[in-house]
Amino acid sequence: MTLQYPDLAKLIFGRLTWESIPYHEPILIVTFIGVAIAGIAVLGLVTYFKLWGYLWREWFTSVDHKKIGIMYIVLSLVMLLRGFADALMMRAQQAVAFGPHEGYLPAEHYDQIFTAHGTIMIFFVAMPMITGLINYVMPLQIGSRDVAFPFLNNFSFWMTVSGALLVMTSLFIGEFARTGWLAYPPLSELSSSPDSGVDYWIWGLQIAGVGTTLSGINMIATIVKMRAPGMTMMKMPIFTWTALCANVLIVAAFPVLTATLALLALDRYAGTHFFTADGGGNMMMYINLIWVWGHPEVYILVLPAFGVFSEVTSTFSRKRLFGYASMVYATVVITVLSYLVWLHHFFTMGSGASVNAFFGITTMIISIPTGAKIFNWMFTMYRGRIVFDVPMLWVVAFIVTFAIGGMTGVLLAVPPADFSLHNSLFLIAHFHNVIIGGVLFGMFAGINYWFPKAFGFRLDPFWGKVSFWFWVVGFYFAFMPLYLLGLMGVTRRLRHIDDPSLQIWFEIAAFGAVLILLGIAAMIVQFAVSILRRDKLRDATGDLWHGRTLEWSTSSPPPPYNFAFTPQVHDVDTWWQMKQHNWRRPVEGFVPIHMPKNTGTGVYLSVLSFIFGFAIVWYMWLIAAVSFVALLAVAIHHTFNYDRDYYIPADEVRRVEAAHAGA
Amino acid sequence: MSMKALRGLLLLALVLALTGCHTVLMSPSGDLALQQRNLIIIALVLMLLIVVPVIITALVFAWHYRASNQKAHYDPEWDHSTIVELMIWSAPLLIIIALGAVTWVSSHKLDPYRPLDRLGPGRVVAVDTKPLEVDVVALDWKWLFIYPEQNVAVVNELAAPVDRPIHFNLTASTVMNSFFIPALAGQIYAMPGMQTTLQAVINKPGDYWGFSANYSGAGFSYMNFTFHGMSEDDFAKWVAHAKSGGGTLDHAEYTKLEAPSQREPVRYYGSVAPGLYASILNRCVQPGAGCMNMLRMSEPPSGAEAAASSDNHAAMPMAHP
Repeated sequence: MTLQYPDLAKLIFGRLTWESIPYHEPILIVTFIGVAIAGIAVLGLVTYFKLWGYLWREWFTSVDHKKIGIMYIVLSLVMLLRGFADALMMRAQQAVAFGPHEGYLPAEHYDQIFTAHGTIMIFFVAMPMITGLINYVMPLQIGSRDVAFPFLNNFSFWMTVSGALLVMTSLFIGEFARTGWLAYPPLSELSSSPDSGVDYWIWGLQIAGVGTTLSGINMIATIVKMRAPGMTMMKMPIFTWTALCANVLIVAAFPVLTATLALLALDRYAGTHFFTADGGGNMMMYINLIWVWGHPEVYILVLPAFGVFSEVTSTFSRKRLFGYASMVYATVVITVLSYLVWLHHFFTMGSGASVNAFFGITTMIISIPTGAKIFNWMFTMYRGRIVFDVPMLWVVAFIVTFAIGGMTGVLLAVPPADFSLHNSLFLIAHFHNVIIGGVLFGMFAGINYWFPKAFGFRLDPFWGKVSFWFWVVGFYFAFMPLYLLGLMGVTRRLRHIDDPSLQIWFEIAAFGAVLILLGIAAMIVQFAVSILRRDKLRDATGDLWHGRTLEWSTSSPPPPYNFAFTPQVHDVDTWWQMKQHNWRRPVEGFVPIHMPKNTGTGVYLSVLSFIFGFAIVWYMWLIAAVSFVALLAVAIHHTFNYDRDYYIPADEVRRVEAAHAGA
Repeated sequence: MSMKALRGLLLLALVLALTGCHTVLMSPSGDLALQQRNLIIIALVLMLLIVVPVIITALVFAWHYRASNQKAHYDPEWDHSTIVELMIWSAPLLIIIALGAVTWVSSHKLDPYRPLDRLGPGRVVAVDTKPLEVDVVALDWKWLFIYPEQNVAVVNELAAPVDRPIHFNLTASTVMNSFFIPALAGQIYAMPGMQTTLQAVINKPGDYWGFSANYSGAGFSYMNFTFHGMSEDDFAKWVAHAKSGGGTLDHAEYTKLEAPSQREPVRYYGSVAPGLYASILNRCVQPGAGCMNMLRMSEPPSGAEAAASSDNHAAMPMAHP
């Protein structure tokens, strides 16, 4: 057999051809040029200011949980811009595509956009924001110097980046899935989606999923093993509790996602019939499996947000958290129950009445601990002295918004009601109501609350308030019409709507999206203004908000080692109690501190994973095999790296601590 | 803060007021949809009992205990009260017990598989009533309705006499869809190789909007049809019109129809090949394809393939008994 030229090209390039580059799509070309110019500008500036070495040494290769946490949040904010651009395009399409008007997006395009919007917002905005915040705050709250496995942390972050990049690549090479964000088969099978879109989705999530799962293990180990002496479980700060529960959920739920995606990949790559319509496959199994992951995922996102609200409410009410124990039990109950409700995502699939009723009622039961939490925040404010800084504004907006979203959620949990409301815009309004009103508001509260800890200066409050009002008002304008449209029987994912009388509601929703755009713009201005005025906004005390937990006991930003001496814990509000007892920072007796060393292995593995993912999406078997072997080789090689730690000398510690004491 | 409270409540009130009059889910024309509407309202009212006080109290607390109000009582160590904690757990619990009971009963009563026992409030279904049978197939991207009794088939149009129970059997050709006529009843998935069921009744004559409520690919937005609620006479005329509409929907014709297409006009078939729906359901329309129900049976197949259609699907995971 002679090897001919075309075979070689196929071996190397798989099914990737010039036709895969969407140069005939004007929207994508403009986007690409925009991204390219911005990208070149950023790379140019980094080169011009000779920042490559700094970025590589101090950030990319860093195993410091604080820097990794910040990088996660930067990733999530960048991806928020992409996910929100998708949202704007959808809102614009639905606001104009009525009757004879087809709108400006063909189905080919529109269907990719709503799939990408959901995928990106959940996996690459909400998840990194949560993980980033936990990464930054949790070790400081438990009085630890880092997480349990610092290199694993860096590796997890870069795997998430790799997954995000793979999803972004689909914008310019090939296309993204046109299946909806959970890619229900048989639509996502080869028979209905033969192109590269679903494969980008599968491998982007698989690669990022490795990072998420490992990060979950890391955080659990950290919380279980590395708490400061005296910090029993029932003395853990409430945010740490929610972080623990969220990461338990991650470790238990993400392997289900990995397995489900692997089975779908086998269907698409190896011709198996797990979920196909023919050959004995069963799509209902996929839908069950994906929601066995999917519902706990919702609580993975919202539990840490609940934690943030608890910290912020207590701090800004200048008062202990009301009902700490009941808050902890509520969190744990939600964690357990979140595994018993997945079927409420498909009551309409024809399960029996008893099965539906069971899952409907378990879903409602979750609202009991959630309701208890809301009452706990209210009674934390009760008899407090509430200071309405930006984080606290988000709390109040959250309580109002989340109460509405929770109510519509329970309504959807009544199976016969769901038969009418399922897949409608009412559902869309509901989950944006809880994910924006719960998760995103919580993260914005958290970012405003802990930013001064991370950078030593606070975020500009004026622009924070501008952003707050645009977001909150915009949210109501964008999603209240969707509730109404759902009651009018309008379903989700429509590219074109016949009834022109509905147009006004879509226009109001689009207006709301524009307000949210202004909210995001104000947030960017807030960051820029705060950096420019950082000297005016500086906080030298390290305890800007009169905090209650250990992260506020160290300087802002904290030194690499977090705490010169491991604190001794006697109370839930340790730092508050230390301040009551006139605690003084030690000025002598410092000893060398043992620290983990930076490594570039995480970046190398991430690059190789990206190459592997890209190659396998395009059937480039040779490159896929080589990069996979390289991946294993680098990982194994790293295990022989014994040069992993160093000591910060006692003199250095003394110098850093003295500088803070003097400031 | 109070302004935002006002706005939130006003919006909520606005939504509720509007839903009261115009929206199809709130003013349906079929008894099942009507009972679902009533359930939505009961559930909403039950929850508003707790949600409205929560929102108001939260805003009142936030306002009253603001730092600038030095007159407000300040107690930084107050973090526990058995009475309050008992209250905050039991209040939602009571609501959920009530709602849970409503859920259990209504899930069984309004189960789409359950044969109807009423046509409307106080109107019992006569014992000898035979429901109108309609076999529904979701195709890429249109709807096929087969009337086995009348031996006609229609694409993208559905009709039924008023006040006669309808028994839908649903399946799909390639991917999942959801069959939804909001004015008639709640939706149910239509899935390839599987059969789901919906039992409903339309109470008022009229033209209603039906569509797929589960995204199914490029032509999804146009997967719409009109559902006509008609008097018995008009329905008979409609069937006669459909009968005169033309050809036979046989396996070959179905294969042509099955090919993906968008914005299909309404089309009538004067007769339907026997057993066509069962072949679609069991994925053996193409000559030579083994039927799923035959493959699964251990004993040699007996009788027409139509006889062995729906019963076997009860054995599939998740399929309804």
